[in-house]
Amino acid sequence: MIKILIQQADFNAGAELAALQADAVGGIASFIGTVRANPADNPPLTALYLEHYPGMTERALTKIAEQAAVEWSLTNTTIIHRIGRLTPGENIVFVGTASPHRQAALSATAFIMDWLKTSAPIWKREDFSTGQSAWVAAKQTDDKAAEKWIK
Amino acid sequence: MRILYFAWLREKLGAAEENLDLPPGLNTVAALIAWQQTRSPAHAAAFADPSLIRCAIDLEIAPATASIAGASEVAFFPPVTGG
Repeated sequence: MIKILIQQADFNAGAELAALQADAVGGIASFIGTVRANPADNPPLTALYLEHYPGMTERALTKIAEQAAVEWSLTNTTIIHRIGRLTPGENIVFVGTASPHRQAALSATAFIMDWLKTSAPIWKREDFSTGQSAWVAAKQTDDKAAEKWIK
Repeated sequence: MRILYFAWLREKLGAAEENLDLPPGLNTVAALIAWQQTRSPAHAAAFADPSLIRCAIDLEIAPATASIAGASEVAFFPPVTGG
């Protein structure tokens, strides 16, 4: 089963992990992304503002999750991405995968994060303590991380 | 045609959405970007560097060479930075 959620509200990682369990499952892997208080080379952060393209985001994430489910024979997959204004320490993203064996779940979780970062239409703006703000620039290293999965 | 803008493109244009009648003969994403550059000083500034702009046609990522014929919704935005 695939579960995709785009929401302003926080998620309960424990409850999400428990929901991934099923009779066929032997391993559950997960990743949680959080808001850093001190981005590199910038003043302290007061908030991160996340914007997305409603409709396209759900579609892009579903596509990534379906690809992962086929490639690694996943039993269950959950992707939750928060949007709106988030303060340092808050959760941004949850990815959890469940499979009969551990390596599939671990690899699928990394694959989903790498592709989410380069293909889901979501943008971050950093709001600084100085009152200034800046949209985060895409990183080439993220593109490379996603490309390494292409065989 | 419904045109959507996100992130700094939306901020630079002061609009999240426009409904536009495109000039005849305008067939590709690249041509649409070139036309946007001519529409106003704000559009010229927002679309100044096409290498910083990504496009989606009807919710699917589309390259600069893609045809916009028959599209109902075209979105322009910077390279994505979620996760």
